[in-house]
Amino acid sequence: MTGTFVGMPKFPVAAREALGDAQLRHNLAHATGTIRGKRLRLIDEVNASTPEGTAWEELRLAGAAVKERALLSLGDQLEQLEANLVANGATVHWARDAAEANAIVARVAKAHDVDEVVKVKSMVTQEIDLNEALEAEGIAAWETDLAELIVQLGGDLPSHILVPAIHRNRAEIRDIFLRRMGETGRPAPADLTDDPAILAGAAREHLREKFLRARMAVSGANFAIADTGTLVVVESEGNGRMCLTLPDVLVSVVGIEKVVPTWTELDPLLRLLPRSSTGERMNPYTSTWTGVTPGDGPQEVHVVLLDNGRTRALADETGRQALRCIRCSACLNVCPVYERTGGHAYGSVYPGPIGAILNPLLKGVGHDEQVDSLPYASSLCGACFEACPVRIDIPSVLVDQRAQVVDARRGGRPSGEELAMRAGAAALSDARRLALGERFAGVGIRLARRLPGLPGLRGWTSARDLPDPPTESFRAWWKRTDGGRRPDPTGEQR
Amino acid sequence: MVPGGRAANTKEHVVRVALMVTCINDALYARTGQAVVTLLRRLGVDVAFPERQTCCAQPMVNTGYLTAAVPVVRNYVDTFADYDYVVTPSGSCAGSVRHQHDLVARRSGDPGLRRAVAETSPRTLELSEFLVDVLGVTDVGAYYPHTVTYHPTCHSLRMLGVGDRPRMLLENVRGLTLLDLPGAEECCGFGGTFAVKNADTSIAMGVDKARRVCDTGAEVLVAGDNSCLTHLGGVLTRQRAAVRTVHLAEILASTEEGRS
Repeated sequence: MTGTFVGMPKFPVAAREALGDAQLRHNLAHATGTIRGKRLRLIDEVNASTPEGTAWEELRLAGAAVKERALLSLGDQLEQLEANLVANGATVHWARDAAEANAIVARVAKAHDVDEVVKVKSMVTQEIDLNEALEAEGIAAWETDLAELIVQLGGDLPSHILVPAIHRNRAEIRDIFLRRMGETGRPAPADLTDDPAILAGAAREHLREKFLRARMAVSGANFAIADTGTLVVVESEGNGRMCLTLPDVLVSVVGIEKVVPTWTELDPLLRLLPRSSTGERMNPYTSTWTGVTPGDGPQEVHVVLLDNGRTRALADETGRQALRCIRCSACLNVCPVYERTGGHAYGSVYPGPIGAILNPLLKGVGHDEQVDSLPYASSLCGACFEACPVRIDIPSVLVDQRAQVVDARRGGRPSGEELAMRAGAAALSDARRLALGERFAGVGIRLARRLPGLPGLRGWTSARDLPDPPTESFRAWWKRTDGGRRPDPTGEQR
Repeated sequence: MVPGGRAANTKEHVVRVALMVTCINDALYARTGQAVVTLLRRLGVDVAFPERQTCCAQPMVNTGYLTAAVPVVRNYVDTFADYDYVVTPSGSCAGSVRHQHDLVARRSGDPGLRRAVAETSPRTLELSEFLVDVLGVTDVGAYYPHTVTYHPTCHSLRMLGVGDRPRMLLENVRGLTLLDLPGAEECCGFGGTFAVKNADTSIAMGVDKARRVCDTGAEVLVAGDNSCLTHLGGVLTRQRAAVRTVHLAEILASTEEGRS
C-alpha cells in the first residue's frame, strides 16, 4: 500500500516539481519554523543552566564522543550486545542487507502463522522496505504511529524523519482518513472534522482493534546498550509501548550503528534527542527491554542486527561520522533547501542534509545518478552542522562525497563540467593566464547579457540578472595606478 | 587572541599585510578591492597586492575536483608565504583557505604543501576580523548617509565565526542607519555551483531572501561577500527592486570627503 522510492529522478528534477507546489512550501515553512523555535528555546534553557552558558555545546561534545567510541570499537560492542541479548533469552540474527533482514522477519512471522504485524515507527524498516517485502509474503504490516498511518493510508511516501507526513495539512489528513480507513479496518466516523484532537481520536479507534488483535510486533530501536543487552525506543504517542508489550512475539530490526556501550553513556543521548527532534525536554514514552521477561510482555524476542551498507560507511574516514546520527531530524528543520523542496525530492526515507550524505555512504557512489546528485543538493550553508546534536560536520562530508562522485565518474569522455574545471584550474594556477582571461570578462558578460538562453547560462538568467560588465580588473587598475598611488588620469577610482 | 597572530610592529620587523582580492572581485568588482586599499591605508596599513595571486580554489573543491585544486592552492601558499597577514574582502574565500586548503594538501600527498598550508591558512583573515582583531578598531571613521540592512553570509558566520564584528563596524559608521533583517542567518541560496546545478532551489531561496530585504525598507543591502551579492543583486534587479547591493568594504571606505 505504501509507495517506494525506487526509480526517483535526480534531485534537481524532483526539486523543481516540489518547488511548484505552493501548498507544500507553505506546510513545510510553517511546520519546520515551529519546531525550530521550540528547539532554540530549549537550547537557551540548557545554556542558562550554568554560568558559562556553554552546557549545550558540552552536551553535544559528550554525545558525539559516546557515538564515536561505540563506532571505533563496533565489533567488540556488537559481540557484547549479542552475548547479553542471548543471555537474556533473545534470539539474535545478523543481516548483511535488506533482503536478508526482510527474510528473517518473514520467517519468524510464518513460524507463528500470523498474517499481520503491528509496527512501531522505525526508519530502518523503511530503509529496507520491510512492509512491501511482508506484503509479498501475504503478511500485512500496520503502521501505528499517527504520521506513519497517514502516509500508509494515503499510499504516500514519508518526507521527514520525525514527521513523515509533514507535507500534509489537516484537511488533507481528514480526507485520507475518510476515504481509506474503512479499507483496512474500522472506518473513520462520517462526521470527522479536521480538528487535530478529533483526527487523533479517529486514529486511536482505528488502531485499537489492531493492537488488541496482533500477535506479533516489529520495531526498530533508537539505542542498543551493549553491556546489558537492552534495547531502547523513544516515542511520543504510546503506540510503541502498545506494540512492545501486547503481542507475544517481538522482532526488532536494529542498524549496527545504534549500539551504545553502557547505560551511563545513554545519558547525554537521551537529553540531546528529544530537545533536537521534537523540541521537548523529554519525550513522553521511553521503553527499554532486555530480552524476555517471563510472564511480562512478549515471550519470544528477536533482534535482527543489520549492516546494509553501514560497514561501507564505517570504512569512509570522512563519512563515518554520519553513523553517529540519532535520527533527530534537526538538520532537516534548519535546512533552507529542505524547507523549500520537502523530503520526497531526496528520493529516500532519509531526506534532508543527513540523507544527502547517508544515502551515498550506504549505497556507494558512481552507479546511480539519483544517489550521485544528493551531495550537490546543498548550498553548503552549514546550518545543519550547527544544529546537529552529535556534531556531524555535514558540509565537510558533502564536499568529500562530491569528490568521490567526481572520482568515480572519471574515465571515458570528460563532461563539460570537468573540462570547465580543468580550464578554470589552469587559469587559476597562473596569474598571467588569469589576467589574460580577465581582459575578456567585460566582453563575456556583455555577450551573456545578449544571449541569456545559452546552455549553462539559462539556470542563472531565468530569474537573475547578470552583474554590470567591468571596465577594468583590479589587477589592471593596480598596475596602471601603482595601487592608486600614481595620479589616475581618468579622474577617480572606478 | 588574534587568530594566527604573528609579530607586532617592532623596530626590526614591520608587519607585512597582503590583500587577497579574490578572483571574483579581481574580475568583476575592482571597486571592492580598491575600497579595501583605501580603507587600510587610512588606518595606517600599507597593504601589498602580490600579483601572482589568483583564487582560493573553492570553486573546484566545492564541486568535487580536488586534484584540479592542488596547483591553485600551491600558488596561494607560494604567493602569500612572506606575509604576516593576508586580508580578504570575502568570508567565503577566507573560509575556504582556513578550512579546505588542508583537505586539498592532503589529497596532493605532498607533506611540504601540507606544512605550507598550515603556515598560511591561519594567517588569512576576512576583512572584519582583521579590522577588529588585529587593528583593534570598530570605528573606521566612515560616513555613509543611507539606511542599510546587513546579510551575514553563511561562510563568514558559520565557517569563520565572525560573529557581530561586521555589525559593530557598521554601527559606528556616521550617517548610517542599520535596519534588522528578519531571518538574517538563513542562506541566500547562492552556494557556488549550487546556483547553477540546483538553479530552481537556489532561486527560490534568493527570492525569499530578496523579499525580506525589501520588506526592511532599506536602500542598501550590505554583505561581506560579492558572490552572494551577485546572486541577490541579480534577483533584486530582475524584480526592479529599489534596493542596491554594496560590499561592506565599500561602505567602510566611504568618508564625507570621498565619494559614495
